[in-house]
Amino acid sequence: MSGLRAWLVQRVSAVCMLLLIAFFLAHFLFDPPRSYPAWRDWMATPGIGIATSVFFAALLSHAWVGVRDVVMDYVHPLALRVCALTVLGFGLVAIAAWVARILVQVRP
Amino acid sequence: MPVGAWTSITHRVTGVFLALGIPFAVYVLDLSLQGPQGYAQAVAWFDNFALRIAAVALVWSLAYHLLAGTRHLLMDIDMGSLLPAARASAWIVNLAGLALTLLAAAALL
Repeated sequence: MSGLRAWLVQRVSAVCMLLLIAFFLAHFLFDPPRSYPAWRDWMATPGIGIATSVFFAALLSHAWVGVRDVVMDYVHPLALRVCALTVLGFGLVAIAAWVARILVQVRP
Repeated sequence: MPVGAWTSITHRVTGVFLALGIPFAVYVLDLSLQGPQGYAQAVAWFDNFALRIAAVALVWSLAYHLLAGTRHLLMDIDMGSLLPAARASAWIVNLAGLALTLLAAAALL
C-alpha cells in the first residue's frame, strides 16, 4: 500500500469505527443484552452482522496501517522488518477468518 | 516534553496496546457466542479483579486513542492546527481521556 492510500485507509477506517463505536456503546449503555439468548439473537440480526463485519474490516485494516508505520519507524534491518510485517499480515488475516467464522456460525 | 509530543507518542503506544488486545477481544466474542456456558464464562471473566484492571487499562487506551485520533482528523481538515489551539486540544485529549477512564473505573471496580 503506497503512502497516500495507506493514509486514506487509516482515516476512512477511523471515521467508520468512530461511528460504529458510538452505535455499539449507546446500545450497550441503554439496552444491554441480559441473557445468552438475547445476546445471540441480537448478534444474529442481519444488520448487526453487517455492522460487526464492517467494524472488524475497518479495525484490521487500521491495525495494519498503524502497526506497519510503527514497524517501519523502529525496525530497520530489512530481514527483521520483512519478518515483522509478514507475521503482522498473516496474523491479521487469521483474525479476519476467525471473526468471519464466528459471525457465520451465529444462529438465532 | 511538550504536551503535543507526549500526546503523539501516547497515541502511538495506545494504538499498539489496542492492536495487541484484538485477539483477546475476538476470543471473548467467540466464547460469549458458543452457548449459554461460554456466555456465562465470558461474563464471569469480569468478576476477576485483575481482568477488571486490564479492562480499565483497555478503556484508557481506547478513549485516549479515539480522542487523539479525532484531534488528528480535525487537524487534517485544518481545524486547530495552529500551535496555541493544538496545545489546548492536546491538553483536552489527556484530561478527557483520564476523565473517561475514571468513569469506567468507577463503573467496573
